[in-house]
Amino acid sequence: MTLPKWADVVLIPLINLLLALFVSGLVVLMIGEDPINAMKIMVNGAVGSTYGWGYTLFYATNFIFTGLAVAVAFHARLFNIGGEGQAQLGALGVALVCLALPWPHWTLALPFAILGGAVFGAAWAAIPAYLQARRGSHIVITTIMFNFIASALLVYLLVSALKAPGMAPESARFPEGTFLPNARDVFGMIGVKFARSPLNVSFLLGLVACFLVWLLLWRTRLGYEIRAYGHSEPAAIYAGISPFRITMITMLISGALAGLMAVNAVQGEAQRLLQDNVLGAGFVGIAVALMGRSHPVGVLIAAVLFGALYQGGAELEFETSVPREMVLVIQALVILFTGALDNMVRGPVTGAFLRFGRRPGATTKAAE
Amino acid sequence: MDFNTIIQILDSTIRLATPLLLACLAGLFSERSGVFDIGLEAKMLVAAFFSAAVAATTGSVLLGLGAGIAASMAFALIHGIASITFRGDQLISGVALNFLASGMTVLIARDWFNQGGRTPALMDGGRFQPIDLPFATAVADVPVLGPIYSELLSGHTILVYVAFAMVPLTWYILFRTRFGLRLRAVGENPGAVDTAGISVVRLRYSAVMIAGVLCGIAGAYLATGLAAGFVKDMTAGRGFIALAALIFAKWRPWYALGACLLFGLLDAIGNRYQSIELLGVAVPGQFMQALPYILTVVILAGFVGKAIPPRAGGEAYVKER
Repeated sequence: MTLPKWADVVLIPLINLLLALFVSGLVVLMIGEDPINAMKIMVNGAVGSTYGWGYTLFYATNFIFTGLAVAVAFHARLFNIGGEGQAQLGALGVALVCLALPWPHWTLALPFAILGGAVFGAAWAAIPAYLQARRGSHIVITTIMFNFIASALLVYLLVSALKAPGMAPESARFPEGTFLPNARDVFGMIGVKFARSPLNVSFLLGLVACFLVWLLLWRTRLGYEIRAYGHSEPAAIYAGISPFRITMITMLISGALAGLMAVNAVQGEAQRLLQDNVLGAGFVGIAVALMGRSHPVGVLIAAVLFGALYQGGAELEFETSVPREMVLVIQALVILFTGALDNMVRGPVTGAFLRFGRRPGATTKAAE
Repeated sequence: MDFNTIIQILDSTIRLATPLLLACLAGLFSERSGVFDIGLEAKMLVAAFFSAAVAATTGSVLLGLGAGIAASMAFALIHGIASITFRGDQLISGVALNFLASGMTVLIARDWFNQGGRTPALMDGGRFQPIDLPFATAVADVPVLGPIYSELLSGHTILVYVAFAMVPLTWYILFRTRFGLRLRAVGENPGAVDTAGISVVRLRYSAVMIAGVLCGIAGAYLATGLAAGFVKDMTAGRGFIALAALIFAKWRPWYALGACLLFGLLDAIGNRYQSIELLGVAVPGQFMQALPYILTVVILAGFVGKAIPPRAGGEAYVKER
């Protein structure tokens, strides 16, 4: 398949997205609402106010981390479907750090919370990675199983060791010294009014993570090895790259990134450990990585898009009879069209380029 | 623990194992033909919703069953189109379908019934009724064997007996018919099947559609046999437990029966006791819930026997040009 790079990176994802939105529009029509109006409400709710932006970017921060986690693994041709469980364990790590000491200031607590989330997330990815690399167990199945085990583990811990006094199965509230400054405080300091929202400094952390992942994948030897292994295992082995080492390292990085989500969701917002701290963000990461074509910039854009979708969906429920579950449907259609039905669009588009365009293969190198 | 308690636990084991067994056999057909299916959960969920919705509006459970199977087959068809025709990633297609089912069922349920994502509770005609096996009441008083027959084996809905009958039937189809031989071959080496002049695409589609039918029955049983109506996300991970059972069973029908009964038993014990004492140690209920997944990982790791999936599983077949 030879396509100019811009068609592969921009045109096809765009067509996929439009198809997904078109089918979503049909669904909205079916339940008796006006799709155009619904779209307006969603866009306005997501980016029409600082309140909307705050929530959109807060959700986006979660999706940046889980999206990067899936994307890094995709480069080594590993499908890490366990972001949900790794983020749950990351939440445990962050909570243990925050509850361990009476932290005096968030700048002291944050580095350790990052470490806690990353280490716990990575550890939860390590076992499936080892089983894949050494015992040949399919990583998709083991990571699915580990999602369920993680959720049972958290439920257990929150009714036993970590349970705070009271009825609710949740941990004690974190000490005030761990609270991260939110957008309202930060913008308030420079005199800009920003509505109350859970958006906090972890968003910047997400941007840094995007940059670091880009640096890792395209500017380091390890990143080259990961991508080489993903392109062709036999070639990578011939070049002296150890499949065991790459599988382990890639999955550890992937798990750590998923775990970091908890810095935003647990330390940034909930400020206590809950039974479900991830709320499906691990799975949204799959959609984000697919739409972002596993590139950090693409992941960032897709994460903001999905953040807007989540926030817009909440507004939609508020103003119309379209329930919040509409977001799940849109998300499913995006995964279906960009992931599984990609060839449905790619075939005709490639045909059109061969027929009408200049010979694409002759001038531009084919993208992946 | 007295005899009656044991009978009761085993009785609910059979009920809880039924949807697992049907979904597990569905996965067996699909994966034996080389199409991975992590969308078992999705198919069960849409079947559960549409069977309950149709049974609630028409009052006929058989129409409900038909609607459930049709909905599940529609999902199976999407999976087939994505993974066989367009050679997309089978796992990603499954993930997408799981979300689609979870969102769509609640969406339609709210639109149709306006009860916060559930269907109205089903009346008697809208549910499958228990069937008494012959002489069940007559032999109930016979010690030991009487309760086993009248309580444990008798008094289930027809779908339970269908599910258990599917085990020998599946075994027969897969290992004693020409279709079964071809189905297994297409999951191991589609190139060879193609060379023999048999359509890989048609075989895989039929396997995927059979999986649709079986998941449809499983979902209908959940909503109209086990429960009385649909509630949001009522499959509660059963599709994944079935997947675990499939691996635990090493993709074989009789082993699948054993695995599903074992996981059903764990579920039944977990439902009955908050925590149980085992050799003086209190085992928390959450551990019982996680046990199917832990056991599957152990089996997958190859420490206790090795689970080897069909060789061509997960790969789309590209005809040589």
